[in-house]
Amino acid sequence: MSIVPNGLRFWYVLHKWTSLICTLFLLLLCLTGLPLVFHEELAVMLGDLVEPPVRVEPKPVDLDRVIADALARRPADQVKFLMLDLDHPIWQVTMGAHVAAQANSAAFLYDPRSGEFIHHRPVNQGLMNVLLKLHVDLLAGLPGTLFLGAMGALFVLSVVSGVVVYGPFMRRLPFGTVRWDGSRRLTWLDLHNLLGIVTVAWAVTVGATGVINTLARPLLAIWQKTELAEMTHAWRSRPPLTSIASVDRAAHTARQAEPNLEIRIIAMPGTPFAGNHHFAFFMRGNTPLTERLLRPVLVDATTLELTASRDMPWYLRLLLVSQPLHFGDYGGMPLKILWAILDLITIAVLMSGLYLWWKKREDPLANEIEQAWSR
Amino acid sequence: MIVTRTPREIWSMPLIMAMVSALGLTSALLGDDVWDCLSWLALAAPLAVIGWHLSHPPHH
Repeated sequence: MSIVPNGLRFWYVLHKWTSLICTLFLLLLCLTGLPLVFHEELAVMLGDLVEPPVRVEPKPVDLDRVIADALARRPADQVKFLMLDLDHPIWQVTMGAHVAAQANSAAFLYDPRSGEFIHHRPVNQGLMNVLLKLHVDLLAGLPGTLFLGAMGALFVLSVVSGVVVYGPFMRRLPFGTVRWDGSRRLTWLDLHNLLGIVTVAWAVTVGATGVINTLARPLLAIWQKTELAEMTHAWRSRPPLTSIASVDRAAHTARQAEPNLEIRIIAMPGTPFAGNHHFAFFMRGNTPLTERLLRPVLVDATTLELTASRDMPWYLRLLLVSQPLHFGDYGGMPLKILWAILDLITIAVLMSGLYLWWKKREDPLANEIEQAWSR
Repeated sequence: MIVTRTPREIWSMPLIMAMVSALGLTSALLGDDVWDCLSWLALAAPLAVIGWHLSHPPHH
Protein backbone atom coordinates (compact mmCIF):
# COMPACT_ATOMS: atom_id res chain seq x y z
CA MET A 1 0.00 0.00 0.00
CA SER A 2 1.33 3.39 -0.90
CA ILE A 3 -0.67 5.25 1.72
CA VAL A 4 1.66 7.10 4.07
CA PRO A 5 0.88 6.73 7.77
CA ASN A 6 -0.07 10.41 8.03
CA GLY A 7 -2.56 10.02 5.23
CA LEU A 8 -3.90 6.92 6.88
CA ARG A 9 -4.30 8.72 10.16
CA PHE A 10 -6.52 11.23 8.37
CA TRP A 11 -8.78 8.46 7.06
CA TYR A 12 -8.88 6.74 10.43
CA VAL A 13 -9.89 9.95 12.23
CA LEU A 14 -12.45 10.61 9.49
CA HIS A 15 -13.84 7.08 9.90
CA LYS A 16 -14.04 7.45 13.67
CA TRP A 17 -15.75 10.83 13.79
CA THR A 18 -18.16 10.45 10.89
CA SER A 19 -19.22 7.12 12.41
CA LEU A 20 -19.56 8.44 15.94
CA ILE A 21 -21.74 11.34 14.87
CA CYS A 22 -24.10 9.35 12.67
CA THR A 23 -24.25 5.93 14.37
CA LEU A 24 -27.20 6.50 16.71
CA PHE A 25 -29.30 8.02 13.92
CA LEU A 26 -28.24 5.27 11.52
CA LEU A 27 -29.31 2.67 14.07
CA LEU A 28 -32.70 4.36 14.26
CA LEU A 29 -32.91 4.42 10.45
CA CYS A 30 -31.95 0.74 10.16
CA LEU A 31 -34.39 -0.33 12.88
CA THR A 32 -37.34 1.65 11.52
CA GLY A 33 -36.37 0.79 7.95
CA LEU A 34 -36.54 -2.94 8.60
CA PRO A 35 -40.36 -3.16 8.92
CA LEU A 36 -40.73 -0.46 6.23
CA VAL A 37 -39.17 -2.85 3.68
CA PHE A 38 -42.34 -4.92 4.13
CA HIS A 39 -44.70 -1.98 4.59
CA GLU A 40 -47.11 -3.19 1.92
CA GLU A 41 -47.38 -6.73 3.28
CA LEU A 42 -47.73 -5.38 6.82
CA ALA A 43 -50.39 -2.90 5.72
CA VAL A 44 -52.41 -5.78 4.25
CA MET A 45 -51.94 -7.78 7.49
CA LEU A 46 -52.99 -4.81 9.62
CA GLY A 47 -56.07 -4.25 7.47
CA ASP A 48 -54.95 -0.82 6.22
CA LEU A 49 -54.64 -2.14 2.68
CA VAL A 50 -56.60 -4.91 0.97
CA GLU A 51 -55.73 -7.18 -1.92
CA PRO A 52 -58.08 -6.27 -4.76
CA PRO A 53 -60.43 -9.07 -5.88
CA VAL A 54 -58.75 -11.51 -8.27
CA ARG A 55 -61.59 -11.77 -10.73
CA VAL A 56 -63.57 -8.74 -11.68
CA GLU A 57 -66.28 -8.15 -14.26
CA PRO A 58 -64.41 -5.56 -16.32
CA LYS A 59 -66.35 -2.54 -17.45
CA PRO A 60 -65.30 0.86 -18.73
CA VAL A 61 -64.18 3.05 -15.84
CA ASP A 62 -65.23 6.67 -15.71
CA LEU A 63 -62.70 8.56 -13.58
CA ASP A 64 -65.20 11.38 -13.04
CA ARG A 65 -67.52 8.91 -11.30
CA VAL A 66 -64.63 7.64 -9.17
CA ILE A 67 -63.97 11.24 -8.10
CA ALA A 68 -67.69 11.87 -7.49
CA ASP A 69 -67.86 8.76 -5.31
CA ALA A 70 -64.87 9.93 -3.25
CA LEU A 71 -66.40 13.40 -2.85
CA ALA A 72 -69.69 11.87 -1.75
CA ARG A 73 -67.80 10.02 0.99
CA ARG A 74 -66.20 13.25 2.24
CA PRO A 75 -68.32 16.15 1.00
CA ALA A 76 -66.31 18.81 2.88
CA ASP A 77 -62.99 17.77 1.26
CA GLN A 78 -61.42 18.02 -2.18
CA VAL A 79 -59.65 15.44 -4.35
CA LYS A 80 -55.91 16.09 -4.72
CA PHE A 81 -54.44 13.10 -6.54
CA LEU A 82 -55.37 9.86 -8.25
CA MET A 83 -52.56 7.34 -8.20
CA LEU A 84 -52.43 3.98 -9.97
CA ASP A 85 -50.50 1.32 -8.03
CA LEU A 86 -47.57 -0.31 -9.88
CA ASP A 87 -48.07 -3.85 -8.61
CA HIS A 88 -51.79 -4.11 -7.92
CA PRO A 89 -54.92 -3.03 -9.77
CA ILE A 90 -55.69 -0.14 -7.43
CA TRP A 91 -56.52 3.51 -8.02
CA GLN A 92 -55.83 5.49 -4.86
CA VAL A 93 -57.79 8.71 -4.55
CA THR A 94 -56.13 11.07 -2.07
CA MET A 95 -58.15 13.88 -0.50
CA GLY A 96 -57.34 16.97 1.52
CA ALA A 97 -59.27 19.63 3.43
CA HIS A 98 -58.41 21.79 0.41
CA VAL A 99 -56.98 20.80 -2.96
CA ALA A 100 -53.69 22.59 -2.15
CA ALA A 101 -53.49 21.27 1.45
CA GLN A 102 -50.29 19.41 2.16
CA ALA A 103 -51.87 16.99 4.66
CA ASN A 104 -54.06 14.17 3.40
CA SER A 105 -57.45 13.80 5.02
CA ALA A 106 -58.47 10.50 3.43
CA ALA A 107 -57.43 7.86 0.90
CA PHE A 108 -60.00 5.76 -0.96
CA LEU A 109 -59.08 2.76 -3.09
CA TYR A 110 -60.91 1.86 -6.30
CA ASP A 111 -60.59 -0.99 -8.76
CA PRO A 112 -59.29 0.34 -12.11
CA ARG A 113 -60.94 -2.58 -13.91
CA SER A 114 -64.47 -1.88 -12.71
CA GLY A 115 -64.40 1.49 -10.97
CA GLU A 116 -65.79 -0.19 -7.83
CA PHE A 117 -64.89 1.16 -4.40
CA ILE A 118 -62.51 -1.29 -2.64
CA HIS A 119 -61.35 0.17 0.65
CA HIS A 120 -60.97 3.22 2.85
CA ARG A 121 -57.27 3.37 3.68
CA PRO A 122 -56.50 5.05 7.01
CA VAL A 123 -54.13 8.01 6.79
CA ASN A 124 -51.77 9.46 9.42
CA GLN A 125 -52.47 6.81 12.04
CA GLY A 126 -51.10 3.53 13.31
CA LEU A 127 -47.70 2.16 14.25
CA MET A 128 -46.41 1.92 10.66
CA ASN A 129 -47.17 5.59 10.17
CA VAL A 130 -45.11 6.50 13.25
CA LEU A 131 -42.22 4.31 12.02
CA LEU A 132 -42.39 5.93 8.60
CA LYS A 133 -42.37 9.44 10.07
CA LEU A 134 -39.46 8.62 12.39
CA HIS A 135 -37.57 7.22 9.41
CA VAL A 136 -38.36 10.15 7.13
CA ASP A 137 -38.15 13.20 9.40
CA LEU A 138 -37.78 12.27 13.11
CA LEU A 139 -41.30 13.71 13.54
CA ALA A 140 -39.75 17.13 12.85
CA GLY A 141 -40.90 17.98 9.31
CA LEU A 142 -38.55 19.19 6.58
CA PRO A 143 -35.73 20.23 9.00
CA GLY A 144 -35.82 16.68 10.40
CA THR A 145 -35.59 15.23 6.89
CA LEU A 146 -32.64 17.43 5.95
CA PHE A 147 -30.92 16.57 9.24
CA LEU A 148 -31.29 12.86 8.49
CA GLY A 149 -29.92 13.58 5.01
CA ALA A 150 -26.81 15.07 6.61
CA MET A 151 -26.48 11.98 8.84
CA GLY A 152 -26.81 9.80 5.75
CA ALA A 153 -24.04 11.76 4.02
CA LEU A 154 -21.81 11.23 7.08
CA PHE A 155 -22.65 7.52 6.91
CA VAL A 156 -21.52 7.35 3.27
CA LEU A 157 -18.29 9.15 4.23
CA SER A 158 -17.83 6.73 7.12
CA VAL A 159 -18.21 3.72 4.81
CA VAL A 160 -15.77 5.13 2.26
CA SER A 161 -13.17 6.00 4.90
CA GLY A 162 -13.78 2.58 6.45
CA VAL A 163 -12.78 0.94 3.16
CA VAL A 164 -9.54 2.96 3.11
CA VAL A 165 -8.52 1.90 6.63
CA TYR A 166 -9.56 -1.71 5.94
CA GLY A 167 -6.47 -2.35 3.78
CA PRO A 168 -3.75 -1.92 6.43
CA PHE A 169 -5.70 -4.12 8.86
CA MET A 170 -5.67 -6.97 6.43
CA ARG A 171 -1.94 -6.92 5.58
CA ARG A 172 -1.31 -9.90 7.83
CA LEU A 173 -4.66 -11.67 7.67
CA PRO A 174 -6.25 -13.76 4.97
CA PHE A 175 -9.56 -12.34 3.70
CA GLY A 176 -12.49 -13.10 5.97
CA THR A 177 -10.48 -14.13 9.02
CA VAL A 178 -12.52 -14.15 12.23
CA ARG A 179 -10.37 -14.87 15.30
CA TRP A 180 -12.74 -16.47 17.79
CA ASP A 181 -9.99 -17.55 20.21
CA GLY A 182 -8.44 -14.17 21.00
CA SER A 183 -9.91 -11.29 22.96
CA ARG A 184 -13.56 -10.34 22.45
CA ARG A 185 -12.38 -7.07 20.99
CA LEU A 186 -10.37 -8.88 18.35
CA THR A 187 -13.36 -11.04 17.41
CA TRP A 188 -15.58 -8.00 17.04
CA LEU A 189 -12.90 -6.16 15.07
CA ASP A 190 -12.71 -9.07 12.61
CA LEU A 191 -16.50 -9.26 12.36
CA HIS A 192 -16.73 -5.49 11.82
CA ASN A 193 -14.18 -5.78 8.99
CA LEU A 194 -15.74 -8.83 7.32
CA LEU A 195 -19.40 -7.74 7.55
CA GLY A 196 -18.51 -4.18 6.58
CA ILE A 197 -16.28 -4.83 3.59
CA VAL A 198 -18.53 -7.45 2.01
CA THR A 199 -21.66 -5.25 2.14
CA VAL A 200 -19.97 -1.97 1.12
CA ALA A 201 -21.66 -1.57 -2.26
CA TRP A 202 -25.15 -2.15 -0.84
CA ALA A 203 -24.56 0.15 2.15
CA VAL A 204 -23.23 3.00 -0.02
CA THR A 205 -26.09 2.59 -2.49
CA VAL A 206 -28.86 2.58 0.11
CA GLY A 207 -27.13 5.37 2.05
CA ALA A 208 -26.58 7.63 -0.95
CA THR A 209 -30.06 7.05 -2.41
CA GLY A 210 -31.49 7.78 1.05
CA VAL A 211 -29.67 11.10 1.06
CA ILE A 212 -31.09 11.91 -2.40
CA ASN A 213 -34.57 11.03 -1.13
CA THR A 214 -34.24 13.54 1.71
CA LEU A 215 -33.94 16.24 -0.98
CA ALA A 216 -37.28 15.26 -2.57
CA ARG A 217 -39.22 18.30 -1.39
CA PRO A 218 -36.57 20.90 -2.30
CA LEU A 219 -36.08 19.23 -5.72
CA LEU A 220 -39.82 19.19 -6.42
CA ALA A 221 -39.99 22.83 -5.36
CA ILE A 222 -37.29 23.70 -7.92
CA TRP A 223 -39.25 21.89 -10.63
CA GLN A 224 -42.46 23.70 -9.64
CA LYS A 225 -40.77 27.10 -9.67
CA THR A 226 -38.95 26.57 -12.97
CA GLU A 227 -40.40 23.99 -15.37
CA LEU A 228 -44.00 23.89 -14.15
CA ALA A 229 -44.08 27.70 -13.91
CA GLU A 230 -42.71 27.87 -17.49
CA MET A 231 -45.31 25.45 -18.85
CA THR A 232 -48.19 27.30 -17.17
CA HIS A 233 -46.79 30.80 -17.71
CA ALA A 234 -49.56 31.94 -20.07
CA TRP A 235 -52.20 31.02 -17.47
CA ARG A 236 -50.62 32.72 -14.49
CA SER A 237 -52.77 35.87 -14.44
CA ARG A 238 -56.05 34.14 -15.20
CA PRO A 239 -58.70 34.02 -12.48
CA PRO A 240 -59.01 30.78 -10.51
CA LEU A 241 -61.24 28.14 -12.04
CA THR A 242 -64.82 27.99 -10.87
CA SER A 243 -65.42 24.60 -12.45
CA ILE A 244 -63.20 22.01 -14.09
CA ALA A 245 -63.78 19.88 -17.15
CA SER A 246 -64.01 16.09 -17.19
CA VAL A 247 -60.86 14.39 -15.88
CA ASP A 248 -61.78 11.35 -17.95
CA ARG A 249 -61.66 13.35 -21.17
CA ALA A 250 -58.47 15.08 -20.04
CA ALA A 251 -56.97 11.61 -19.51
CA HIS A 252 -57.96 10.78 -23.09
CA THR A 253 -56.00 13.83 -24.30
CA ALA A 254 -52.97 12.78 -22.26
CA ARG A 255 -53.07 9.18 -23.57
CA GLN A 256 -53.32 10.44 -27.15
CA ALA A 257 -50.31 12.69 -26.58
CA GLU A 258 -48.22 9.81 -25.16
CA PRO A 259 -49.66 6.58 -26.58
CA ASN A 260 -46.68 4.51 -25.41
CA LEU A 261 -46.96 5.59 -21.79
CA GLU A 262 -49.46 4.83 -19.06
CA ILE A 263 -50.95 7.16 -16.48
CA ARG A 264 -49.41 6.72 -13.04
CA ILE A 265 -50.53 9.85 -11.18
CA ILE A 266 -53.15 12.49 -11.89
CA ALA A 267 -52.69 15.78 -10.05
CA MET A 268 -55.88 17.82 -9.90
CA PRO A 269 -55.96 21.53 -10.78
CA GLY A 270 -54.95 23.58 -7.74
CA THR A 271 -52.39 21.11 -6.42
CA PRO A 272 -48.80 22.38 -6.45
CA PHE A 273 -47.98 19.68 -9.03
CA ALA A 274 -50.46 20.89 -11.64
CA GLY A 275 -50.81 24.63 -11.19
CA ASN A 276 -54.23 26.29 -10.96
CA HIS A 277 -55.55 25.72 -14.48
CA HIS A 278 -54.36 22.27 -15.52
CA PHE A 279 -54.59 18.61 -14.90
CA ALA A 280 -51.11 17.11 -14.63
CA PHE A 281 -50.77 13.52 -15.80
CA PHE A 282 -47.54 11.89 -14.69
CA MET A 283 -47.01 9.06 -17.16
CA ARG A 284 -44.78 6.03 -16.88
CA GLY A 285 -43.15 3.53 -19.22
CA ASN A 286 -43.40 -0.25 -19.11
CA THR A 287 -39.98 -1.60 -18.17
CA PRO A 288 -38.89 -1.89 -14.52
CA LEU A 289 -36.72 1.19 -15.01
CA THR A 290 -39.04 3.38 -17.11
CA GLU A 291 -42.07 2.53 -14.94
CA ARG A 292 -40.33 4.54 -12.23
CA LEU A 293 -39.60 7.51 -14.49
CA LEU A 294 -42.50 9.89 -14.92
CA ARG A 295 -43.28 12.26 -17.76
CA PRO A 296 -45.52 15.20 -16.90
CA VAL A 297 -48.29 15.89 -19.43
CA LEU A 298 -50.34 19.02 -18.77
CA VAL A 299 -53.91 19.31 -20.05
CA ASP A 300 -55.90 22.53 -19.83
CA ALA A 301 -58.65 21.99 -17.25
CA THR A 302 -61.14 24.15 -19.16
CA THR A 303 -60.53 23.47 -22.85
CA LEU A 304 -59.09 19.94 -22.45
CA GLU A 305 -56.32 20.85 -24.90
CA LEU A 306 -52.80 19.56 -24.53
CA THR A 307 -50.60 22.26 -23.00
CA ALA A 308 -47.24 20.52 -22.61
CA SER A 309 -45.53 17.15 -22.45
CA ARG A 310 -41.89 17.08 -21.50
CA ASP A 311 -39.29 14.94 -19.80
CA MET A 312 -38.48 15.34 -16.14
CA PRO A 313 -35.24 17.26 -15.53
CA TRP A 314 -32.18 15.21 -14.57
CA TYR A 315 -32.49 15.89 -10.85
CA LEU A 316 -36.04 14.50 -10.67
CA ARG A 317 -35.02 11.46 -12.73
CA LEU A 318 -32.20 10.90 -10.28
CA LEU A 319 -34.72 11.15 -7.43
CA LEU A 320 -37.16 8.74 -9.10
CA VAL A 321 -34.45 6.16 -9.84
CA SER A 322 -33.03 6.47 -6.35
CA GLN A 323 -36.37 5.54 -4.79
CA PRO A 324 -36.42 1.82 -5.69
CA LEU A 325 -32.70 1.56 -4.92
CA HIS A 326 -33.43 2.82 -1.41
CA PHE A 327 -36.69 0.93 -0.79
CA GLY A 328 -35.65 -2.43 -2.34
CA ASP A 329 -39.14 -2.83 -3.77
CA TYR A 330 -38.20 -3.59 -7.36
CA GLY A 331 -37.47 -7.32 -7.38
CA GLY A 332 -40.27 -9.12 -5.57
CA MET A 333 -40.26 -10.71 -2.12
CA PRO A 334 -36.78 -12.34 -2.39
CA LEU A 335 -35.21 -8.91 -2.93
CA LYS A 336 -37.10 -7.52 0.09
CA ILE A 337 -35.80 -10.40 2.24
CA LEU A 338 -32.22 -9.75 1.04
CA TRP A 339 -32.75 -6.06 1.81
CA ALA A 340 -33.82 -6.96 5.36
CA ILE A 341 -30.82 -9.26 5.92
CA LEU A 342 -28.39 -6.63 4.59
CA ASP A 343 -30.07 -4.10 6.88
CA LEU A 344 -29.50 -6.42 9.86
CA ILE A 345 -25.85 -6.84 8.85
CA THR A 346 -25.50 -3.04 8.73
CA ILE A 347 -26.90 -2.90 12.26
CA ALA A 348 -24.23 -5.43 13.32
CA VAL A 349 -21.49 -3.30 11.69
CA LEU A 350 -22.77 -0.15 13.45
CA MET A 351 -23.02 -1.87 16.85
CA SER A 352 -19.61 -3.53 16.56
CA GLY A 353 -18.07 -0.22 15.53
CA LEU A 354 -19.56 1.44 18.58
CA TYR A 355 -18.33 -1.41 20.79
CA LEU A 356 -14.78 -1.19 19.39
CA TRP A 357 -14.64 2.56 20.00
CA TRP A 358 -15.93 2.09 23.57
CA LYS A 359 -13.46 -0.68 24.43
CA LYS A 360 -10.57 1.30 23.03
CA ARG A 361 -11.50 4.21 25.27
CA GLU A 362 -11.53 1.88 28.29
CA ASP A 363 -8.23 0.23 27.53
CA PRO A 364 -5.86 2.32 25.44
CA LEU A 365 -3.04 -0.19 25.92
CA ALA A 366 -4.88 -2.85 23.99
CA ASN A 367 -4.91 -0.61 20.99
CA GLU A 368 -5.00 -3.06 18.15
CA ILE A 369 -5.66 -0.35 15.64
CA GLU A 370 -2.46 1.55 16.29
CA GLN A 371 -0.57 -1.75 16.22
CA ALA A 372 -2.02 -2.61 12.86
CA TRP A 373 -0.59 0.59 11.41
CA SER A 374 2.95 0.23 12.69
CA ARG A 375 4.85 -1.94 10.28
CA MET B 1 5.94 -16.52 10.37
CA ILE B 2 4.27 -13.23 9.54
CA VAL B 3 3.22 -12.93 5.94
CA THR B 4 2.52 -9.52 4.48
CA ARG B 5 -0.16 -9.64 1.87
CA THR B 6 -0.02 -7.89 -1.45
CA PRO B 7 -2.66 -5.31 -2.38
CA ARG B 8 -4.00 -7.81 -4.88
CA GLU B 9 -4.54 -10.40 -2.15
CA ILE B 10 -6.14 -7.84 0.15
CA TRP B 11 -8.45 -6.22 -2.38
CA SER B 12 -9.48 -8.98 -4.80
CA MET B 13 -12.37 -10.36 -2.71
CA PRO B 14 -13.71 -6.93 -1.63
CA LEU B 15 -13.60 -5.83 -5.28
CA ILE B 16 -15.40 -8.96 -6.51
CA MET B 17 -18.05 -8.54 -3.80
CA ALA B 18 -18.59 -4.90 -4.75
CA MET B 19 -18.95 -5.75 -8.45
CA VAL B 20 -21.31 -8.66 -7.81
CA SER B 21 -23.41 -6.46 -5.48
CA ALA B 22 -23.54 -3.70 -8.08
CA LEU B 23 -24.74 -6.25 -10.65
CA GLY B 24 -27.42 -7.40 -8.20
CA LEU B 25 -28.55 -3.86 -7.45
CA THR B 26 -28.94 -2.93 -11.12
CA SER B 27 -30.19 -6.10 -12.80
CA ALA B 28 -33.67 -6.06 -11.20
CA LEU B 29 -34.01 -2.47 -12.42
CA LEU B 30 -33.31 -3.50 -15.99
CA GLY B 31 -35.88 -6.25 -16.34
CA ASP B 32 -38.17 -8.79 -14.70
CA ASP B 33 -38.04 -12.59 -14.32
CA VAL B 34 -34.50 -13.65 -15.27
CA TRP B 35 -33.18 -10.22 -14.29
CA ASP B 36 -34.86 -10.48 -10.89
CA CYS B 37 -33.36 -13.96 -10.33
CA LEU B 38 -29.91 -12.68 -11.29
CA SER B 39 -30.35 -9.86 -8.80
CA TRP B 40 -31.31 -12.28 -6.00
CA LEU B 41 -28.33 -14.53 -6.69
CA ALA B 42 -25.88 -11.64 -6.92
CA LEU B 43 -27.06 -9.97 -3.71
CA ALA B 44 -27.05 -13.32 -1.91
CA ALA B 45 -23.35 -13.78 -2.78
CA PRO B 46 -22.04 -11.43 -0.04
CA LEU B 47 -24.27 -13.23 2.47
CA ALA B 48 -22.88 -16.59 1.36
CA VAL B 49 -19.31 -15.30 1.75
CA ILE B 50 -20.08 -14.10 5.28
CA GLY B 51 -21.73 -17.42 6.13
CA TRP B 52 -18.79 -19.41 4.79
CA HIS B 53 -16.20 -17.46 6.77
CA LEU B 54 -18.25 -17.58 9.98
CA SER B 55 -18.55 -21.37 9.68
CA HIS B 56 -14.87 -21.91 8.73
CA PRO B 57 -12.76 -20.33 11.48
CA PRO B 58 -8.99 -20.21 10.83
CA HIS B 59 -6.82 -22.98 12.34
CA HIS B 60 -3.71 -22.28 14.35
